[in-house]
Amino acid sequence: EIDWSDIISTVEFNHSGELLATGDKGGRVVIFQQEQENKIQSHSRGEYNVYSTFQSHEPEFDYLKSLEIEEKINKIRWLPQKNAAQFLLSTNDKTIKLWKISERDKRPEGYNLKEEDGRYRDPTTVTTLRVPVFRPMDLMVEASPRRIFANAHTYHINSISINSDYETYLSADDLRINLWHLEITDRSFNIVDIKPANMEELTEVITAAEFHPNSCNTFVYSSSKGTIRLCDMRASALCDRHSKLFEEPEDPSNRSFFSEIISSISDVKFSHSGRYMMTRDYLSVKIWDLNMENRPVETYQVHEYLRSKLCSLYENDCIFDKFECCWNGSDSVVMTGSYNNFFRMFDRNTKRDITLEASRENNKPRTVLKPRKVCASGKRKKDEISVDSLDFNKKILHTAWHPKENIIAVATTNNLYIFQDKVN
Amino acid sequence: MEDKVTSPEKAEEAKLKARYPHLGQKPGGQKYFDSGDYNMAKAKMKNKQLPTATPDKTEVTGDHIPTPQDLPQQKPSLVASKLAG
Repeated sequence: EIDWSDIISTVEFNHSGELLATGDKGGRVVIFQQEQENKIQSHSRGEYNVYSTFQSHEPEFDYLKSLEIEEKINKIRWLPQKNAAQFLLSTNDKTIKLWKISERDKRPEGYNLKEEDGRYRDPTTVTTLRVPVFRPMDLMVEASPRRIFANAHTYHINSISINSDYETYLSADDLRINLWHLEITDRSFNIVDIKPANMEELTEVITAAEFHPNSCNTFVYSSSKGTIRLCDMRASALCDRHSKLFEEPEDPSNRSFFSEIISSISDVKFSHSGRYMMTRDYLSVKIWDLNMENRPVETYQVHEYLRSKLCSLYENDCIFDKFECCWNGSDSVVMTGSYNNFFRMFDRNTKRDITLEASRENNKPRTVLKPRKVCASGKRKKDEISVDSLDFNKKILHTAWHPKENIIAVATTNNLYIFQDKVN
Repeated sequence: MEDKVTSPEKAEEAKLKARYPHLGQKPGGQKYFDSGDYNMAKAKMKNKQLPTATPDKTEVTGDHIPTPQDLPQQKPSLVASKLAG
């Protein structure tokens, strides 16, 4: 029986890969830290251990609309490190918070007016004066909220993305995208607004948004109709008119009731190089060259065998699951999740793909993961799993890849797996 | 008569239409007494077609006036995350 609040809702490595943050439905953030070089043995990389945990968001109630505001953390994004402390942005449906995570390993001792346990001394017993000194203490990691960016979103926030200028960031909900300055909480600029004058005419919503990794004027947002719009903030203050529109033409004779639903893009991620972007729709991962709008340059099928199960997947709502995707550090491999605790990797150079499983029952710790295969129809070979025995409650929606090394974080419903490739 | 090979997607669509013949149609058979009637019918129809911009899954108004018992309990997470060990 899974505790609802333990369901992981986001996973993100920081810029160095030393820290890994997870957010959950209970509004908590857990940060893991990789063991440092001098502690590890030569045959393995450092393990990730819990570094800090804190309650980021609490459930709230919107009295005007009689609606509960969930504390679920939708996204976490790290700021690049500027000093000893670490900073991250975490967001639920309505409010974004900037958290400072700092270490304390010294404390002042030898106060004149206080005992070591904090109790105040009787002033009449103080007869000498001394200067308190800092002495080492057990490491304490503290998280404190430094900024609260609230009341700017009518609809549910699905994305946050920090600009390459490291001063601003965007937040996107179903219909609007806002631009914030990290220092300013009492206002934000609206840069995209796709709300129609008459809500009855609503046909498309924003599903994800991200700033370009190098060009601070460029961002993209994806839609529920399978399109991606690239906008340039130099063109106008309100970027309702896109600079580029990325859309793959569809064969009208193949159109079905499900076409639009499965074309909805659940995630969009720029490559580290900034030359490409990757989108995830229900059945596939697509790589787009920013210079070519009319079709993706690469398409990878994640679980094509589900195409003949769309009716059941619509009935159990799985067709609306939002899978994320990620690039490895060199942009040569992409990864995304699937059902049955499977996740998939596609090597863009060799064109090889692999299906692996994140499960304690089926994998012994410290052993190499065995590739999995799903049998779509017909005779099932030994070790293959048939489509009908896939567990659709075991979904891997969130995965992350270390920015520099081959270490991946894979979140099942309420467990976090960290895998690394064999060293030696 | 030629037997056309149906794409798997179209076959699934046919299955769905067989189970839910009124899918995609306006609620109430397209004739309403007034706007209240229309809104009540819309609130009843399971709207799966569009990812909704408003959170209709948690809405407790529309059909009735909410009472304190209807409203979801606020449960701040005092228990540490399972991942924190």
